[in-house]
Amino acid sequence: MKAGYRKERIDRGIKARADDIFAISSYREILYLMGPRLLAVVGLLLFPLFKDITGAYWQTVGFIACIIALLTLSWNFLFSVGLVSLGQAFFFGIGAYFTGYFNHTCGLAPLFSIPLATVCGAVLCTILIFPVLRLRGIYFALITFALPLFLMRIIEATGYLGGTEGISGLQRLPSLTFSVYITVVLVLAVTFIFLRLFDTDYGLVLRAIHDNDMSVLAGGLSVQWYKAQAVFLAALPATFAGALMTHHYRVVGMPAFAVEYSLLPLTAAVVGGTGTFAGGVLGALILVPVSEMLRAFGTLRIVMYGMMLILFVVGLPEGIYRFGQRKYFQFERIVPLEEKEK
Amino acid sequence: MIESMLVFGLVNSAVLMLISLGFSLTFGLSGVANFSHGGIYLLAGYLAFFLFRTLGLPYFIAVIITVIVTALLGATIYKLVVIRVRGIALNEVIATFAIGISILELFRWLGFITYEFSLPYMLRGRLTLIETTLDYQRLLIILVAFLLAVFLWVFTHRTRIGLALLGMAQDEYTALSVGIDSDWAATYSFALGGAFAAIAAVMILPLGIININIGYEVLLIALAVTVLGGLESTKGLILGCIILGYAQIFTSTFFAPHWKEAVYLAAILIVLAVKPSGLLGKFKELEERV
Repeated sequence: MKAGYRKERIDRGIKARADDIFAISSYREILYLMGPRLLAVVGLLLFPLFKDITGAYWQTVGFIACIIALLTLSWNFLFSVGLVSLGQAFFFGIGAYFTGYFNHTCGLAPLFSIPLATVCGAVLCTILIFPVLRLRGIYFALITFALPLFLMRIIEATGYLGGTEGISGLQRLPSLTFSVYITVVLVLAVTFIFLRLFDTDYGLVLRAIHDNDMSVLAGGLSVQWYKAQAVFLAALPATFAGALMTHHYRVVGMPAFAVEYSLLPLTAAVVGGTGTFAGGVLGALILVPVSEMLRAFGTLRIVMYGMMLILFVVGLPEGIYRFGQRKYFQFERIVPLEEKEK
Repeated sequence: MIESMLVFGLVNSAVLMLISLGFSLTFGLSGVANFSHGGIYLLAGYLAFFLFRTLGLPYFIAVIITVIVTALLGATIYKLVVIRVRGIALNEVIATFAIGISILELFRWLGFITYEFSLPYMLRGRLTLIETTLDYQRLLIILVAFLLAVFLWVFTHRTRIGLALLGMAQDEYTALSVGIDSDWAATYSFALGGAFAAIAAVMILPLGIININIGYEVLLIALAVTVLGGLESTKGLILGCIILGYAQIFTSTFFAPHWKEAVYLAAILIVLAVKPSGLLGKFKELEERV
């Protein structure tokens, strides 16, 4: 046999102890486990307090990053149930238009119009997607790609809901700090809830649909019905993001269905690692500020997204979150191949 | 009125056919939905423009070079990127979509958005039938679409390479067992898809100005036709083109031109919701889609 080497990965002791027998012996180890999470949570919660240092511009960037993070969480939820979405803008836009309608036509204050739009939007999204839920793979992706574009054309052609001009003059939110806080808290809360949800029995069924839907069917559960519930749950953060963004800018129009709101969450999810909730948030929090810095390059920005997507899909398909996790919890060493022959 | 609608419906169907042939070919033969189709299409348009207007080559030679270059580009896309994510449908879509967007937005950034970019008609002159006037370029489009469909049929049913590709499309494992290389077949199908996109571009783009957004529209058209017609038969593809082509002409005549673009989006949504196998699709496709 040809002499060669291979890379061996071994779990660190702390990982094995924390996973299997749950015997943690010191504050240091607790810190090792909690550290990264605490850092992320505290860092996000403190961010709005540094308003004077960062300035309003970067606060807004943080706000948008959190909005994209919510959309990415929604994307990852759908992905975990085996549904691939190429059109998060669909959920975003529906939430945006609902709140615009409630606020403008019914005169509801943002306090009521945003939650109402979140729920109504999620219900409408579920109803619209329900007939095509049985599709799989790229055919479902195609539907989600076509839906926002279709709704955009419908609004343009019929002139309903303000047509090409949109609905403007909506009520404003109290302040920028308020908007940033509410999104930050929601991103953390939704991440936590989704992670916990996928650990329950209910989440087990959802994950099983992703892995092998035929076995779920054989288990006597309605795949279609579970998928519908999943779409509803996944739509909630996305429609909320749309509703909040609408009140932030005080206007809703056809750009709510723009490709950017589909492309950014997709890129963030791929960069962070598909199927990992925390990874998606991380991806969004990296991607949006970077893209703001590149704003000077104009549409070359989108070319860079494209290049980044290709690089990550081809070069690091697991995403930076899983990559980082591996480095954190395992050590690697090079071992000669011959050892095995003994 | 009726007559001109019939004639222009036919022209429109031929346009859709030319646009979607390349996409549907790649998809049918290699199973990879090449979302960079729109990007390649537009690249071919600008390349032909560059060779013809800037370098001053004879138009015919410029067209041939364009077709060859885009075919090589298609093969390169497969060899460099798609081969590494082959078999993971989502990653294939993301990678090719990213390539397509990158090409389109790169041209937008380079400033290809003014009105000077257009290709010349291949044939001048026009033909008047009773009361409808049709120029030779549109006639040529119908002719080329027809010839390409015939060529495709002959190629996949009468030549060794074509039969090998067809075998790969029907059953990959059986084809592998008789010695057909899967990657070779896929590279070939990507190259053919690129060449067809280039032919479509040099035929259709002379009708108007070359515009970035056409790239996105081309992708949607190709998707709609493929979904509508199903992949198994060229018949389905032709039927899909004719239905969509006439539906567009009818809506833009009787309603407003806005609705023209909603037609193929609606077609994708309705067909996938009501009859996921496509109009003429058989069991194999149903299995893949549902």
